[in-house]
Amino acid sequence: MKFTIMINEGPYQHQSADSALQFCRSVLAQGHEIFRVFFYHDGVNNGSSLSVPPGDDRLIQKEWSELSKENDLDLVICIAAAQRRGLMDKDEAKRQGFDSHNMIEGFRISGLGQLIEGGIESDRTIVFGD
Amino acid sequence: MATKKFMFVNRKAPYGTAYALESLEVVLISAAFEQDVSLAFIDDGVYQITKGQDTTGIGQKNFSNTYKALGDYEIKKLYVSKESLEERGLTQDDLMDLVWEDEDDDWAEKPSIIMVDRSEMADVMAEQEVTLSF
Repeated sequence: MKFTIMINEGPYQHQSADSALQFCRSVLAQGHEIFRVFFYHDGVNNGSSLSVPPGDDRLIQKEWSELSKENDLDLVICIAAAQRRGLMDKDEAKRQGFDSHNMIEGFRISGLGQLIEGGIESDRTIVFGD
Repeated sequence: MATKKFMFVNRKAPYGTAYALESLEVVLISAAFEQDVSLAFIDDGVYQITKGQDTTGIGQKNFSNTYKALGDYEIKKLYVSKESLEERGLTQDDLMDLVWEDEDDDWAEKPSIIMVDRSEMADVMAEQEVTLSF
């Protein structure tokens, strides 16, 4: 079965980021396909490269990044939500005239159409949020 | 591209969090993909479509007029939970007059709001193919 996953909450603040990560691992382990993972609202913070949790805690953003690398996942951060919250990749930072960027490897920035396309193309769309 | 039945479930008050505003942005994009879109308003989500919203005191953009434009985007099925209204001391008269224009009926304005009880809402939800909850 083909899944699109939507994540609407940020890491650490809310369980839904962890639940989504665990759900994705489970889906892949059972041989299903993940068409896309879409990050919206505060969920865009799952793509930050500047998180530094205490050493004995998990680093959720890095876990996403690694999961993406191992499984060639399409992790998409909504550009409108990311711009509001100060999260940007190298190209977007350049376009906006900033001298730094903070998106971790494995994610890409795109528009809300990617979420709708995911809903159309997938057998199931699962939302993780509040 | 295929057409699917999309439902956007709005559960939160319009201000206080960004859920309602950002949900509306997804709804408008879905219209561009020509999907079969409907909206549900339950719990505090019913406040999103109340009349006379005034945000001057909180310094935020009043986006309630956007709901009035939904009909122009062919989004004309707004299911509102009767119980959620009643529980908050509201009636349909407290809601904006949201309409769409029927081109097959000389562009007559028709109501977009469909009042449903919980069991009818459950039936509508069961028919959907993609349900996004905010």
